[in-house]
Amino acid sequence: MTVAGATRPRLDGATGEVPDRGVTVLVGPSGSGKSTLLRCCNRLEAPDAGTVRFRDDDVAGLDPLVLRRRVGMVFQRPTPFAGSVRDNLRVAEPALSERASELALERVGLDRSFLDRDARALSGGEAQRVCLARTLVTTPEVVLMDEVTSSVDPATRLGLEQLARALDDVEVPVIWVTHDLEQMQRLADHVLVVVDGRIVHAGTPSSLASDAPPEARRFLTGEAA
Amino acid sequence: MTDIGWVGLALSLLLVVVAVVLSMWERLGLERGIVWAATRALAQLLAVGLVLQVLLEPGVSVWWGWLWVVAMVGIAAVTVQRRAPLVPGILWLAVLAFAGSAVVTLGVLFGFGIFELDIRTLIPLAGLMIGNSLAATVLVSRRLVAEFDEKRGEVEARLALGQPASAAAHPYVRESLRTALIPQIETTKAVGLIALPGTMTGLILAGVDPIDAVQVQAAVMYLVLGSVATTTTVMALGIRRRLFTPDHRLLRLTSPGPPPAAR
Repeated sequence: MTVAGATRPRLDGATGEVPDRGVTVLVGPSGSGKSTLLRCCNRLEAPDAGTVRFRDDDVAGLDPLVLRRRVGMVFQRPTPFAGSVRDNLRVAEPALSERASELALERVGLDRSFLDRDARALSGGEAQRVCLARTLVTTPEVVLMDEVTSSVDPATRLGLEQLARALDDVEVPVIWVTHDLEQMQRLADHVLVVVDGRIVHAGTPSSLASDAPPEARRFLTGEAA
Repeated sequence: MTDIGWVGLALSLLLVVVAVVLSMWERLGLERGIVWAATRALAQLLAVGLVLQVLLEPGVSVWWGWLWVVAMVGIAAVTVQRRAPLVPGILWLAVLAFAGSAVVTLGVLFGFGIFELDIRTLIPLAGLMIGNSLAATVLVSRRLVAEFDEKRGEVEARLALGQPASAAAHPYVRESLRTALIPQIETTKAVGLIALPGTMTGLILAGVDPIDAVQVQAAVMYLVLGSVATTTTVMALGIRRRLFTPDHRLLRLTSPGPPPAAR
């Protein structure tokens, strides 16, 4: 896949595969194209060249509105909408029952007292949990998580990591973007290393030490970061 | 009928002198600006007056009036484009907005026979309609572009939940429209309490009975209100269409440097 950018391509012939299970971590330095890659998966961006396939279907041929409910996404900065937490969940599913709303919150570790709270008055960590709950309300088959812990406190960071692992338990694969190598080690079943708009290595976390090519190793040892 | 004559006009220039003297006294450095503005206004008004004098001769076809309206729509659209240049294709969108508003508002005023269709009514009414909706049209355009820029994360989060572009954009379109319309509503509410509006003042100075002047003024205010609502709505919906792709992606308008998505 190639995605043009203002000065240089944001993705430059990136090629790779994400397994249909477990937590796959896209790791790489800032500006390497990880987020762009992720955004091509739910068609928030379209590649200038190349194709994205989701379970054998070229996503360009799928209805983007249906695709985005099958492939949910949580963003780097929490994006609570105006209104209560309940209102937020109902943006994802207008007919959501009270019971389903409570369950959705329970799933992300919040109790039902949050339903009536103003979503914009929540802490960063609480808001990010609500955003995940909102995404899960659409019952996605895959969840994309774009540096979701970069603006939350350490406790929430671990909480969100556990939630990602819990999604794997119910057979919802997760694609998780981060530039944090320790987080990658904690979380990944599978790793794609992205450097300069290309996927330079794919494998298990343990394969990085032995099989990774020089450009991946430079990032992993901190030289390129 | 009040007729101040050329001598009266020249004497009224004393008030410009007052402004210039005050500017010099307070060292505002605005003297040249004041003189230029006053001169330019007089020249523009005289030019318009001369053309109107020709057009208002008996027997001139009303089509010349429509031609005048077309020119005004064009000038207003260029002004919107210059003040809100970020949106691609905004010029034609603005033409559509003003033309659409002209059809709706002038359609009501002339269609129901509220005013008799004549060059003498067409040109001033169209001028009031376009002139008074210009600021709100620029405002809604700039506001909406800024809103989509600042709230980009929220809009994309809505899209990522599977909302179509129209639904994902709606809260922000609504906010921009409210921002653009509320000043006009406030002005309409305060009319007569704070200042006597221009049309009515002009008519009274020209010797028209105040109640007759009020009737015309009220119709003109409703004209402006309807026209502001129409132009801003057409602009907002048009800009929304242009900022999203057919496959429901939000385009990026300001992308100097690496975009945030590449982090």
